Amino acid sequence: MPGPLVFPAHVALHLLVALLLPPLVPGLIAKVKARMAGRTGPPVLQLYHDLAKLARKEAVFSRTTTWVFLAGPVATVAAGLVASLLVPFGHTPAPVAFEGDAVLFAYLFGLARFLTILSALDTGSSFEGMGAAREAAFSALAEPALFLGFAALAKATASLSLTPMLLSQGLAAGRLTGPLILVLAAWAIVYLAENSRIPVDDPNTHLELTMIHEVMVLDHSGRPLALVLYGASLKLVVLGALLIDPLLPATGRGWLDWLVFLGGLGLLAVAVGLVESATARFRMTKVPQFLVAGVLASAFAFLLLLV
Amino acid sequence: MSPYLLAVFLAAVSGLPGLFLRRRGGAVAAGLLGLAAVLGIGAAVRVLAGGGSGQARLPAAPLGTAGLLVLDPVAAWFLLPVLLVSACGALYGLGTWEEGRPGARFLRLAYGGLTAALALLVAAAHPLVFLLGWEGMAIAAFALVMMEDRHPETRRAGWIYLVCTHTGTLCLFAAFALLPAGAGPFAAFPAGFAASGRGTALFLLCLLAFGAKAGVMPLHLWLPPAHAAAPSHVSALMSGVLIKMGILGLVRLLSWVPDPPVWWGGVLMGLGVLSGVLGVAFALGQHDLKRLLAYHSIENIGIILMGLGLGSLGRSLGHPVVAALAFGGALLHVLNHGLFKALLFLAAGSAVHAAGTRDLDRLGGLGRRMPWTSAAFLVGAWAICGLPPLNGFVSEWLIYLGAFRAMAVSRWAWSAGLLAALALIGALALACFAKAFGAVFLGAPRTPAAEGVHEAPRGMLVPMGVLALACGAIGLAPALLVPALDRGVAALMPGPARPSLGGLASLPLLTGLALVLLGVALAFAVWLRPRRRTGDLPTWDCGYGRPTPRMQYTASSFADGPVSGLRWALLPRIHDARPGGLFPSPARYESHVPDPVLDRVADPALRRSARGLALLRVAQGGQLPVYLLYVLLTLLALLVWMVV
Amino acid sequence: MSPDLLIALVMLTNFTLVATSRINKAIQVAVAQGVILGLMPLAMGLGRHVHILAMAAAAIAVKGWFIPFLLRRALRHVKIHREVDPFIGYTASLLLCAAGTGLSLVLAHNLPLKPGATPAFLVPAALATLFTGFLLLVSRRKALTQVVGYLVLENGIYLFALLLVEDMPVLVETGILLDLFVGVFVMGIVINHIRTAFDSTDTRHLAELKD
Repeated sequence: MPGPLVFPAHVALHLLVALLLPPLVPGLIAKVKARMAGRTGPPVLQLYHDLAKLARKEAVFSRTTTWVFLAGPVATVAAGLVASLLVPFGHTPAPVAFEGDAVLFAYLFGLARFLTILSALDTGSSFEGMGAAREAAFSALAEPALFLGFAALAKATASLSLTPMLLSQGLAAGRLTGPLILVLAAWAIVYLAENSRIPVDDPNTHLELTMIHEVMVLDHSGRPLALVLYGASLKLVVLGALLIDPLLPATGRGWLDWLVFLGGLGLLAVAVGLVESATARFRMTKVPQFLVAGVLASAFAFLLLLV
Repeated sequence: MSPYLLAVFLAAVSGLPGLFLRRRGGAVAAGLLGLAAVLGIGAAVRVLAGGGSGQARLPAAPLGTAGLLVLDPVAAWFLLPVLLVSACGALYGLGTWEEGRPGARFLRLAYGGLTAALALLVAAAHPLVFLLGWEGMAIAAFALVMMEDRHPETRRAGWIYLVCTHTGTLCLFAAFALLPAGAGPFAAFPAGFAASGRGTALFLLCLLAFGAKAGVMPLHLWLPPAHAAAPSHVSALMSGVLIKMGILGLVRLLSWVPDPPVWWGGVLMGLGVLSGVLGVAFALGQHDLKRLLAYHSIENIGIILMGLGLGSLGRSLGHPVVAALAFGGALLHVLNHGLFKALLFLAAGSAVHAAGTRDLDRLGGLGRRMPWTSAAFLVGAWAICGLPPLNGFVSEWLIYLGAFRAMAVSRWAWSAGLLAALALIGALALACFAKAFGAVFLGAPRTPAAEGVHEAPRGMLVPMGVLALACGAIGLAPALLVPALDRGVAALMPGPARPSLGGLASLPLLTGLALVLLGVALAFAVWLRPRRRTGDLPTWDCGYGRPTPRMQYTASSFADGPVSGLRWALLPRIHDARPGGLFPSPARYESHVPDPVLDRVADPALRRSARGLALLRVAQGGQLPVYLLYVLLTLLALLVWMVV
Repeated sequence: MSPDLLIALVMLTNFTLVATSRINKAIQVAVAQGVILGLMPLAMGLGRHVHILAMAAAAIAVKGWFIPFLLRRALRHVKIHREVDPFIGYTASLLLCAAGTGLSLVLAHNLPLKPGATPAFLVPAALATLFTGFLLLVSRRKALTQVVGYLVLENGIYLFALLLVEDMPVLVETGILLDLFVGVFVMGIVINHIRTAFDSTDTRHLAELKD
């Protein structure tokens, strides 16, 4: 296991990527979707413009809300940034790695979710309450899938730190391939659910009744909304790194590793765009089944490792 | 006299001056309990820091000998929450049980007695002393549960508690009779004893007695009603500390055994998973704020048991690292749960006191008028969900690490099950506390009662603040507790191989990341801080112009997803009258989640057996002299039996 | 004063107690019995232990002054002076008391007790007093007489405790003091509650509490 703080230059790069890159990913996804539908679509950098615009705008607050209303956006971004320190971007070790950081990683997203749900409930709107309830219920299924995936990878690599877990050389080879594919399949389901993507949730829908994540942030505006949007894109990158890291080839050269990672991230965004274009949204009652499939996949991956 | 004994004495007499004082009796009692806390915690910290060779054998003057009470690290560790929560609760009680309210004097007397019994119990090193503390605790707690016995449900809760605790004590009597060295002071068992038939019986009896006290899942039936019925600061003491005495008993039992059989750990872990998952699932179905918190106590006892079971397994199979992590996590969770659950009960008590109802669906919007109480509840909810950077995360994290290590060193498949269970519990707890906090403190008030609330007085806020700070301190600097935890774990792992938690878990890194998290959050919070609030605007109503507070998503609706997903386990009772036809009658929807053991098993079974036992009522004539005659006849029969 | 003389006096008081119908007199006799018992440790030559002396003084104070004081106050309040219509008549009570005393002698003779320097009649007297107390409790209706019965029962236990006082002083003393405390406590509550709840001190009313 590498020491807690390694390669200061890479740390700086890591932080820069975590801070600046995320808004690009939703733009890329949107572009892919637009192209698939035969439209031109908004520019890839649209979210940067949106964020800059929102940061200048005045926020509107409902009379029902308290300071808890602001805690959601703040926690989303703060927890996402801290979580980004724990996950390796490509074959460069994460800035902070220690035994058990995978648990902290998952719980940081739990923290963000908890406060987001509370800030939704703070508005007193029944629609936002509905979205919050769905978010809470679905994440209760996503969490075990994530953890069983951790368990399988930890079993395979004898470590509970994200860096060695995801970057172990032997993962893609031999008898570990099967379990790895299952884990990644489970995590892909978690990824779609956690990032409120089709087929679980539709970020672009206009009917509040059918939303999950989007309806929770209906009342946010101005800077809080900017944080919410930025936090969502951050989540796409950080959880995305979890998905693509084991699949990336190790080049052995630092700068090349970074390029490979960025390329992988781009491919992931394209893949998400393709999935969103090709599938329809599930009925709400089917979402739990989808997530249970994720749990089963990762549990099965773990069992495969035992035999 | 040692500070510890003085603390016990002060706690025991804390209610006495109030009997003779016309006013300020409560303040005197709280002051005495505060002094007891300072003295006792001082003594405990000294022991935990390794002073006085790590333990203090206390002369027990009234009982004539030394060594009946030993303040070893385990005792000191359990003593910390006892005295802290008790002192905070006493201070808080001044606000809710104001002077002159009927029963306030008695409440203080019993509260002091309960504290003293708990403090005595933790250090008991002799079966007699242990039973003394155990029964003192049971009786004082019964008196406290019955404080508001004008309500029928309180009387029922008290009776259920009394029956359960006495059954448990009976098992404990039998268990202590089976101790290998007879009825002498507690001592380590000889090798091989635990695996013998007698050892098995001892373990099962202890499991029944201690499990019933701790509220382990099938034996938990007394816990939710008693916690709901008791005054809030008493619930805090019961949920935070009293039920931990069951854990203390199990910890003691494990510390006497040099070679715990594998199945002990397995049973403990299985019960832990059962209590943890079902506890939180049933909590989700509750409408009563205090019952909800009570079910969460069951859940947390489950987490602690998972740690104890995993640790015991680690010992049986020779993996000291696993055992150290799991035991460390379990012990830390004992302290943590004591702190945040007490905090939650105190904050919930303030809300209930202010609004006059415990029904989640009649509260709402309290946060605007009670900002400090709501912040306190939020800290407690944050911690109990195990979210970083508060203390609940640290202890759960240690148990996670133990389970992962277990998986790495052997082919133990079940530890993955443990992980999935912990993750599921965490996610469901999060949903449940989002529901509770949201329904009580956020949104708009659902009833006029919830609208007219006022912030609790400072005397009630200060104890909550103390507990919240303690939660935050442990969460931010867990590394400071490592030496103390190591000493506690050492008691559970007799033998040479004792890895230190400091070397197994990178606790300082957690501190660092927690500080980064707080710093980033603070920076964004400052950036977001509204310069001015624009007008008096409503929440965005999605096009429907006349929303009322009653149309908010209720706690029941919020929990409906998981509850109907877990229908097969929770068996909710649903009364559903849907509108239909051209002129629909008023619609109605109600759902309750009855307790699986109390309402579905124990109650019907007892009702049925009561019919059979009615035959015995002939003997119960109601005449006092007749009862006395029974006594006389028994006495005579015994005397004659002795002589003949 | 020899202990045997005191023991004989105790037995005599037992008979007086079951034979009297006047509540006031019963109280007086019970007080006398309590005081006699309080003196017993002195007569047994245990006077050299300071704590035993203190215990005896406490016993005399509580049984000779405090409890009778409570009882007399209750008596004045309820204005009942006689035990009329007991469950078991006076003559029958006397006979039963005599039978109990005889039985005590037989039992005490056969009980496997540690041979020691205790007075010969201590155990039979203890048992007899115990039975007398029970007899009063079982056969009388008025709460006040029953309290007297309880006092007598308690005196019997006290006598028994004197057997052990040399061997385990702490235990016995604690036991006796606890007993006294409970006695005062329970009796105070019982008398008070009967009076307030039913405005009379007839224990038959307690039967109404049956479920």
